[in-house]
Amino acid sequence: MSWPAIDRKMVSEEELGPALSEPALAKIRTIFSRYPTRRAALLPALHIAQDEIGYCSLRAMRQIADLLEIPPAAVMDAVTFYTHFWAQPKGRKTITVCRSIACELMGANRLLEALKSKLGIDEHQTTPDGRYSLVTEECLAECDHAPCLMINEKRYKNVRVEDLDRILADPANDRLEIPRSDLYDAPHRGNASAGTPHSKT
Amino acid sequence: MPYERVLLKNVGLPNSVALETYRRSGGYEAAARALRMRPEEIVELVKQANLRGRGGAGFPAGQKWSFLPPARTITYLCVNADESEPPTFSNRVLIENDPHLLLEGTLIAAYATRAQVAYIYMRGEFTEQFHILQKALDEAYAAGYFGRNILGTSYCLECYIHRGAGAYVCGEETGLIESLEGKRGWPRIRPPFPAVRGIFDQPTVVNNVETLACLPHIFSRGLDWWLSLGTPDSPGTKLYCICGPVRRPGCYEAPLGITARELIYSEDFGAGMLGNKKVKAVFPGGLSAGVLRGDVFPKPPDGHVDATQDWDELDCRLDFDEPRRYGLLGLGTAAAVVVPEDADLRDVLVNVARFFAAESCGQCTQCREGTAWMYKIAQRLRAGAGRPYDLDLLIDITQNMGMSTGLSICGLPDGAAYAIRLLVQKFRAEFEHHLAAQPPDAARRHVTTINPATYDLPLLTGRASFFDAGTMLLPEHLAHSLPTIATPATPALPQEGTSHAHDHH
Repeated sequence: MSWPAIDRKMVSEEELGPALSEPALAKIRTIFSRYPTRRAALLPALHIAQDEIGYCSLRAMRQIADLLEIPPAAVMDAVTFYTHFWAQPKGRKTITVCRSIACELMGANRLLEALKSKLGIDEHQTTPDGRYSLVTEECLAECDHAPCLMINEKRYKNVRVEDLDRILADPANDRLEIPRSDLYDAPHRGNASAGTPHSKT
Repeated sequence: MPYERVLLKNVGLPNSVALETYRRSGGYEAAARALRMRPEEIVELVKQANLRGRGGAGFPAGQKWSFLPPARTITYLCVNADESEPPTFSNRVLIENDPHLLLEGTLIAAYATRAQVAYIYMRGEFTEQFHILQKALDEAYAAGYFGRNILGTSYCLECYIHRGAGAYVCGEETGLIESLEGKRGWPRIRPPFPAVRGIFDQPTVVNNVETLACLPHIFSRGLDWWLSLGTPDSPGTKLYCICGPVRRPGCYEAPLGITARELIYSEDFGAGMLGNKKVKAVFPGGLSAGVLRGDVFPKPPDGHVDATQDWDELDCRLDFDEPRRYGLLGLGTAAAVVVPEDADLRDVLVNVARFFAAESCGQCTQCREGTAWMYKIAQRLRAGAGRPYDLDLLIDITQNMGMSTGLSICGLPDGAAYAIRLLVQKFRAEFEHHLAAQPPDAARRHVTTINPATYDLPLLTGRASFFDAGTMLLPEHLAHSLPTIATPATPALPQEGTSHAHDHH
């Protein structure tokens, strides 16, 4: 159920953003059997949507609302609550710097400042070429390897400021060395480093 | 003395994540034994083992299971793998290195509670860990440990991993349940407790990863062995995390009841401070549990415990009950972060306050506003623009939030309150020293730099005559901390703009 009279007319076509592909929608349907209600599939669905489009576009949110038979506002509600969901386009790779107490005591602030100046952006911004978005996170649970950061899914531990150039120069710096499970991935993707290009800062 | 590694015994083995490796050291034998018992017998056994929840509150797991209504058709088991309390990482170490231990514990707990479906709620930040656990789960399904007719019995269990998306409050059990249902992770008002009406309105048990990881060992090595470890009230072995500027940060296993000093200085654990610095403070159980004074303070005379005295508190035994004698909330997650002597506690205060302000879910007013205000106050203290009553104000805020005072839905504000109140109370002398070193009109200058518009506010012409310009009314019982000013000092502010300020209104 959705409310076409209220939320289909207010937003222009461009603002709605890209749509989810049919394979992605089909994959979301396969999750339904895991839960007794459809709504419970919302977080997995948003993970898949974000993986395919790069962020949770309004159009994708509506598609998910239709699929899960909940009001679109309920989808928006979840997107705005969880920090990992982006409601606007982000870079192909997201750099997450831990700012929790252990990392801060071990020099995470210097790391963050160095990253900001190297990328030329501030927190929650995206580089003009659409390669990187920079965010901070409260705790990545890598406190024994502080300071740490994450590029997409790949964790970097005990990072020193001197290491940053090498990490940023590596084109495959978000590739995992362990076998991945594609349960929360959009269907068309083969590996972690392939992303949908979208550079709108 | 090195302790035996029980939960961590497979950590460090080559390919420790594989089912083959896990089976070689007796894996899934405990589950096979458990599945031959009746569920009620298992609950009784776990009750006798006094297995206290490792997630922070220390509530006995067996007792939690026995709250389930006896006549029920559907039961869900939720595994709380949303380990978000800084600086805790023991669940990560377990999942990363020994995922099958968690899965076996899940199987036993699900059987004991007669659950048909188990959801493992994993925090979104666990990326590599998700892939490891999901691969292990696939392996376990293929080997017949999950699915239909497990190990030749009539018992069926489905197990799914549900990934969160970055919210500390989802580690709270009712927040986790809401999040699993596809909503915001807003904790629910209890009662009804999850055991009666949890996920999808059905009886639900929520257990922590480490709690479940203890189960296979209790079964394979017996109750007597388990009860011989640790202290009588807190039996068993526990994963301790130590991090910050110590020589060997990491996750170590010990029977419950080692002291904070051992954890930092023992060669088996932290191995001392980097650069032989002294310890100023240590958060021994995650931020929420509160803080202990370090060894920059003098030792107490013959083992006295008095949290009001400025004494070295590192001899606190880290079991479920002892930290309360030092004013702490409890053991918390047993993850210690050490603040060295040269760190500025104002930075620590800002970091802690920011964490809780960022992670408050926003349902309860005192928590949403209280944590945000404590963050603001902490920031102005760090900026060298604190007001004389700020320390009292921080304590006042912490006393007006939290579940233990009956003012909030969940325990998050209790954590914020304990962390910040103890930090201010135990290290008041340092904060007061910084306050005294501020120039007298620093507070007012700060207000005008961060918000130049305050020049124009008519409100300021009244209250700004105090040198500690503020727009917040001071609670009456805090007024004693204000220095007595005979006549209000005339504002020495630049006056441009004030003449036409009233035209706007």
